[in-house]
Amino acid sequence: MKHALRPLAAAAAVPLSFGLAACGGGSGFDEDALVIYSGRQEALVADVIDDFEAESGVDVQVRYGNTAQLAAQLIEEGERSPADVYFAQDGGALGALAKAGQLATLPDDVLGLVEEKYRSADGDWVGVSGRARVMVYDPDQLSEDEVPGSVFDLTGPEWKGKVGIAPSNASFEAFVTSIRVLEGEDKAREFLDGLAANDVQTFDNNILVLNAAEDGLISVGLINHYYWYEQVAEEGLDAVPARLKYLRNADPGALVNVAGAGVLESTDKSAEAEQFVKYLLSKDAQTYFAEETKEYPLIEGVPTAEGVPPLDTLNPPEIDLADLDTLEETLAMIQEAGLT
Amino acid sequence: MTGGRRLASRRPPATLLAPATLAALVALLPLGYLVVRALSDGVGGFVDVVARDRTLALVGRSLLLAGVTTAGCLVLGVGLAYLLTRTTFPGRQLVRVLATLPLAIPSYVAAFAWLAAFPRFDGFPASALVLTLCCYPYVLLPVAAALTRTDPATEEVARSLGRNRWQTFRLVTVPEIRPAAAAGALLVALYVLSDFGAVAILRYDVFTRVIYTSYRSSFDPTPAAVLGTLLVALTVLIVWGEHRTRGRAGHSRLGTGSARRHPLVPLRRWTGPAVGAVAAVLSAALLFPLGSLAYWTARGASRQLDVGELVGAGTSTLLVAALGAVVTTALAVPVGVIAARYRGRLGALVEQASYAGHALPGIVVALSLVFFGVRYAYPIYQRTPLLVLAYVVLFLPLAVGAVRSSVAQAPPVLEDVARSLGRTPLGALRDVTLHVAGPGVAAGAALVFLTCMKELPATLLLRPTGMDTLATELWGATEVGEYGRAAPYAALLVLLAALPAVLLGWRRDQLDDGGAT
Repeated sequence: MKHALRPLAAAAAVPLSFGLAACGGGSGFDEDALVIYSGRQEALVADVIDDFEAESGVDVQVRYGNTAQLAAQLIEEGERSPADVYFAQDGGALGALAKAGQLATLPDDVLGLVEEKYRSADGDWVGVSGRARVMVYDPDQLSEDEVPGSVFDLTGPEWKGKVGIAPSNASFEAFVTSIRVLEGEDKAREFLDGLAANDVQTFDNNILVLNAAEDGLISVGLINHYYWYEQVAEEGLDAVPARLKYLRNADPGALVNVAGAGVLESTDKSAEAEQFVKYLLSKDAQTYFAEETKEYPLIEGVPTAEGVPPLDTLNPPEIDLADLDTLEETLAMIQEAGLT
Repeated sequence: MTGGRRLASRRPPATLLAPATLAALVALLPLGYLVVRALSDGVGGFVDVVARDRTLALVGRSLLLAGVTTAGCLVLGVGLAYLLTRTTFPGRQLVRVLATLPLAIPSYVAAFAWLAAFPRFDGFPASALVLTLCCYPYVLLPVAAALTRTDPATEEVARSLGRNRWQTFRLVTVPEIRPAAAAGALLVALYVLSDFGAVAILRYDVFTRVIYTSYRSSFDPTPAAVLGTLLVALTVLIVWGEHRTRGRAGHSRLGTGSARRHPLVPLRRWTGPAVGAVAAVLSAALLFPLGSLAYWTARGASRQLDVGELVGAGTSTLLVAALGAVVTTALAVPVGVIAARYRGRLGALVEQASYAGHALPGIVVALSLVFFGVRYAYPIYQRTPLLVLAYVVLFLPLAVGAVRSSVAQAPPVLEDVARSLGRTPLGALRDVTLHVAGPGVAAGAALVFLTCMKELPATLLLRPTGMDTLATELWGATEVGEYGRAAPYAALLVLLAALPAVLLGWRRDQLDDGGAT
């Protein structure tokens, strides 16, 4: 019997020994490092984080992921989360964490850097960069003047089958929430049902909506502004036939939203964590977001990138982003309209 | 055939049952989590969501897509396997390696390549086509292994009794490869059920959409967990169905323990069409997505490639995928042996339990391990061992199917002989059966290896903080539209995926050349 057991013992020993080997270091896990969960992509924020590390001397480890999934992970981890900072694509995910009581209140010298409407009312999180909703259109099909001046025009018969949206995207959801807040539940529901009845084309994300406008599959699409600028930076203006229209008339289609950050309540490195969030609002970091990711800087004195219309010319709807925290109702509405 | 020997009366020895039970329990972890989560919120909401027309319609769409894709994979997988193992197809060794490589291409990358080239090709046909091209190796690998393992004698007997080649194929070969083909088909069906990336890009809404949307809705894992139980129920049904198709006959070899080489069927004037057909499949499944990325590389002006990052991600990928393959296969051996040799209720239960996590989207499995890891295994939370455990949960069936079908083909009578010569049951199993089934088990390990390499959702949540794999880097680049930067990662992924295929092919050649019997 002893003989017969050998292969099984060997098989059992394999995971065990690997497990021990992996625990014995080599995984690069550093107890003293500041751990950031980033729902923003490495390509967009790694340079800023590197600069922070170099400038502050704080050792940083970043876990990149999807904003919504990282939020679910943080909620599942609860008090034992290894994370110190959560850096998110959108305010909705930060709001959900704040609701779960997992975000610490930020100090006033951090909150004070940003206009009130671009941060949480309770001071749990702060906006770091702004993004504008725009209409992307195919200039072969329309001139800029023919692009509708309000998103509510898109439910008209002349746009049947010609409009593209990304209904499962956080940016679209925040936009719908803003309609609910600005215009009321009925108007929002009417708008979504109208889009669905008008054969709106749905896509998985903003980039695919942009591509569809370039390929002439749609005439008009609803996206965030920076996707277009990034594609132009990547491929050159000639390779990107689609164009943008900023509505500039306080229409919900001109909403300005933010990506933001918060410090975890469970952190044992709150000083470093706050230092990092403050760094994101430093002149260097804000200049980076303006120039490299073509987003809107949110502190005074940092200009937007050349070619991107300045924030104060956009005339977005007057809305407190902290009011966009009723995501669940929005999702139910989008689902009931049959868009997702 | 020595088939028909009923083994149900024999109980598996405890030394086999204990590790198999351990494997089954590991695989059941996500289900345990789903139950805990689902109960934390009562069942009222569950009924609400499940009974909604839209949910039921989406379940129907998922099943339709799974059915059509599985049929497509069976045709491609069995056809390719036969051409590349049994005929005079030119360069079949090399082509066999190439034909398994689409497994390394994440389905969302393939989907994007198709959409970018043909913007109007979307919805059901596009999803079925892309998933078929991504998944047919799940059928090809086990069927090719089965075709090389079967005893030429049975086919020769059929031929000598006046059957033509087609009749022989239908009457002898098909029953012999059926367990392997069914195991592969099962994996395809479960993969399609759990996939989200490809169908989302190709704009075909399926059931996984509901799960992902409910994660987004409140960032609360509970409703999604409730919906996940529905997927587990579907999985149980499908696994049970596959179990029924297996039938009762045994399909083991006569004669010596190792396979004789099959005489090759001459293709003659069919060589041209066969080469054309295989070239078409490989172009669509492999060259097209890679070419598409290469095109984006040429067109894009993304950040320069960081070679250090690429090598680092490649090394991490190799390490975690190899660990995943070794541990998963080690746990799959007792389960597969029990499933093949002891057809009691207990064996069936253990085997079916091993499939529990396979149809769940990776995000659900990942969150279940976050849940257990944080609470009960904090020292290994976000360390390599927990990630490897996630791979075990997700991919155990890939190895179990391979072990089961290859052990089933090894004649039990050999074990009896070994035992009469004084071997213990496990000694006989190891020295005779696992030796004979070796290539099949190795093919299963290779399958797990390839699938671990491209795994994304669990890797994102459970990898050690700061560790990148090729799949996470590829995702990070495509997520921001930097396809040019993504290309080298995809290329390295495919290159590394060739490793196990080449090793397996090489090993068989050594055996063939050495004339081992």
